[in-house]
Parts: sequence; C-alpha cells; structure tokens
Amino acid sequence: MTFDAHRCENGHVTYPGHTFCPECGEKQTETIDLSERRGEVVTWTHSTATPPGVREPNTLAIVEFDVADTVVRALGQVTTDDVETGDVVEPVYVEELRDPEIGIKEPESQDWDGYRFRPVQ
Amino acid sequence: MGVAVIEASMTKFGQRDAWLRDLLAEAGEECLSDAPIDNDDVEHLYVSNMSSGEFEGQTGVMNWLAHDLGLLPAYSERVDQTSSSGGAGIYEAWQSIASGASEMTLLVGGEKMTHKTTPEATDIIASITHPDEYKHGVTLPSFAGLTARHYLERFDAPRESLAKVAVKNHRNGVDNPNAQFQKEITTETALESPIVADPLRLYDFCPITDGSAAMLFTTEERAAELTDDYAVVSGIGGATDTHVVHERDDPTVMGGVVESSDQAYEMAGLGPDDLDVAELHDMFTILEFLQLEGIGVAEQGEAWELSMDGDTDRDGELPINTSGGLKSKGHPLGASGVAQGVEIYEQLVGEAGPRQVEADVGLACNVGGFGNCVITTIMEAAE
Repeated sequence: MTFDAHRCENGHVTYPGHTFCPECGEKQTETIDLSERRGEVVTWTHSTATPPGVREPNTLAIVEFDVADTVVRALGQVTTDDVETGDVVEPVYVEELRDPEIGIKEPESQDWDGYRFRPVQ
Repeated sequence: MGVAVIEASMTKFGQRDAWLRDLLAEAGEECLSDAPIDNDDVEHLYVSNMSSGEFEGQTGVMNWLAHDLGLLPAYSERVDQTSSSGGAGIYEAWQSIASGASEMTLLVGGEKMTHKTTPEATDIIASITHPDEYKHGVTLPSFAGLTARHYLERFDAPRESLAKVAVKNHRNGVDNPNAQFQKEITTETALESPIVADPLRLYDFCPITDGSAAMLFTTEERAAELTDDYAVVSGIGGATDTHVVHERDDPTVMGGVVESSDQAYEMAGLGPDDLDVAELHDMFTILEFLQLEGIGVAEQGEAWELSMDGDTDRDGELPINTSGGLKSKGHPLGASGVAQGVEIYEQLVGEAGPRQVEADVGLACNVGGFGNCVITTIMEAAE
C-alpha cells in the first residue's frame, strides 16, 4: 500500500491528487509516497459526535509532511487519544477506517482503507 | 438593472411536525400574502434546499411548490450549494432580475432535518466532504474543532471569547419569536457543556433544525411603484474554496469569504466600515471570527477581541447576528441563507421589532461546507 501525494511538473504537491494542479493548472505527473515518512501535527480534535460506522471518540489530526522542497498536509485519524500539536507522527495502514455498510454512501463508491497517524515517542 | 427585495418571511424554526413541502409552502404563502402583488406576477421561483432526497426521499420540490402556490407556468429551479444554498438562491434570484430574465422572483429556502437522529443528520452533512476525508469519519463539527484549536493556539485567544459568541447570539435569539431557542445562556454554561469536537463544546454548535424562509425580488423601479418599504441588493458575490479543507494555505483564512465579500463590496461601492449590521454564518462559534476577519471587519487573529469587548453585541459598534444567528435561531440548511436575508431586510425596513438597530447597510455571509462555497450579499435601505 502507498499513501500518495501528487506532484505537478512545477513542483506543487497535494494530498489527495487532482486532475489539474490547484496551484498552477498543470497536470499532476508524479506521486510521492508518504507512508514511510514522518510528519508533524498542525492541529487535532477529539470528535465525540460521530456518524454511524465511525469510532467514538474519533481523534483526528492535520499533519504536515516535508517533501521535495515543499510541504504537504493530510488529515487522518490518530491511533491514540493522546496527541498534541507539534507531535511527530508516522502513518500506520488500516484496512477499514470506518464501517462502509452503515453510512449514507454506497460502499462501492469509494475506498475505505488508509493511514492513521501514530505519535512517535 | 437594480434589484430590490419587497417582502420577506420565515416560519418558526425548530422541531416541526411539517415535512419539507409544507414548510416551503408556509414561508412562500406568507411572503406572497403580505406582498402587494398577485401570485401570477411571479415569473421565476427558486427553491434553496440541500438534501430533500437524503433527508426524506422527496425530490423535485421546486415543481411541487410552484404548483402548490399557484405560480404556474413560472420557471422553477432547486438550488443546492450545501449550507450556502440559501445564499446561492439569493444570487440566482438577483441574477434573474438583474439580467432582465424575470421581473418578479420568489425565493424559498427550506430543510426538514429533525426526524433523523443526530448521527444520521451528521452523516448526510459529512457526505459533502472529499472521499479521502469522509473515510476518516470527519464531520463538519470536527473541522471546526481542528480550526478552533489552531486559531486559539496561534493567536493566543482566550477560550472564553468563543463562548461569548454563543452567549451573545442566544441573547439576540430571545427577541426573535421564530428562533429555535429563545433562551439566554451564561458563559459558564457554554464552557462547561459536553465536548463535541475538542476544544469546542455543545454550545459552540448550532442545532439541527426544521424551517423555511422566503424573499420576494423585483426591479428597483417596480419596487418603488409597489411599496415604500423595500431594500436594494447593492452588492453580491460568490466564490469557492478548496474542497479538501486541509489543502488551504492558511487554516484560519476562508478564501471564499474574502473573495465573495471583495466582490460584494466592489459592486456596492462600499467597504467594511460602511456596515451597520451583519448576519454571519455561525454554524460554529469559531466561524464568526473567521468571517469577521474574512469580510475585513477585523484583522487576522483579532476578531476574538471584538467578542470579548462586546463590539458585536446588539448595542455594540457592529451588531452581528441580531436574529440570534444559526446558533440560536437554528440551521435548517437550505433555509439559513434566506433567513439571513430576511433579518437584514427587516433591519433595513424597520420591521425587526425588539431586535431593531439603526441600519442603512447590512451584510449577510452564508457559508457552505467548511467555507467551501460562500455567498456574501450587501443590502441597503431604499432612499
């Protein structure tokens, strides 16, 4: 599995990817795998009012990664409720981040696996 | 062509027995009954609604309403821009008159939500997010928690400043008979309420609401013939920000608010200093700060000071959310932007009763998603 950020020929990087780079309008042509990299928590929350099929509480963080002369951010679940701004975290693969069968969306309409962030001691 | 609002109405917001069809008809009927026109004068009908299909399995609501209110064969259309569907409806209605396509346009916004459980309603609303956000169980309240933490930490703002937004808007709602809550709260109550998305608590969030609101638009020329009490839409702008919230360069800047208000100010030939009253989209208390900064009333990172100093109170320098805001009035998604317009209209024509402030210029900022789509409207009292 990979945790792909997407890069255009002008060096702009986004996660997730887009058809055209939101910054310059060029096609995104490369991927950068974030799964083996460490990032830093920009902000986080304990969400207690969660939708059907989602763990409760659901601790979420926005994490910033340094990549190829720029930074890219990703939002994701945190493996623990014990997290602080500035913590260094690493991605951990999870097969199913929420139960696809219970929510409003068609289970086949999107992927449900992905990466949680685990604080590095 | 100058665009005027000649009538406005709203239903009681709250937990209602009526389904969407009847809520829309209730606001539409009141608006038309009070207006100095015949129903068949209406040439365009816009219905602002986010999710009638998802909430109650009812689609095609514009057709139902046009037929029910006796507006046939008027052009009709449902407008969805998530939480800013109401503001988008104002934009569509304004376009229809400004372009000359219609001389009389009725806008009705509404949503029926409270029959769903809170987790179900939260999921319907969360389905607006990008699939890579949705699969993590992100909700709109959790975006608010993430952003509020960042704002408080970065700008060293006191947690109490957010609670004071809720206290103010609840106090304003006491004087709005259509508000879901007509009940004052204390700062302590807000600060001690249960956590929903840390650091935000229950009283930082608007409720789930049923309700509807309506506005009637025509040309400025026709308005002057029909009535003395009308308001003019002197500026309007709409803009879109990133769908993926974490991709924004600065998490505390709502680009759609900045861009849409710039457009509205430019069209009106006005600036933030000219405002007398404003309705901001306080779905979460933190959004009132981000919008005050986005529309240029406060510098970045400083809106919390206005809250602490009481500058946004009804008797303050710039009263914000005299209606009670989404916080106390309620937030029936598709109705909210229209209800903001109803409040500004009532303030400008002097029909706001105990909520009345001195106002010749009012602004409404309606935010969809977490700042994903934004409509800013500036209205002025008729000369």
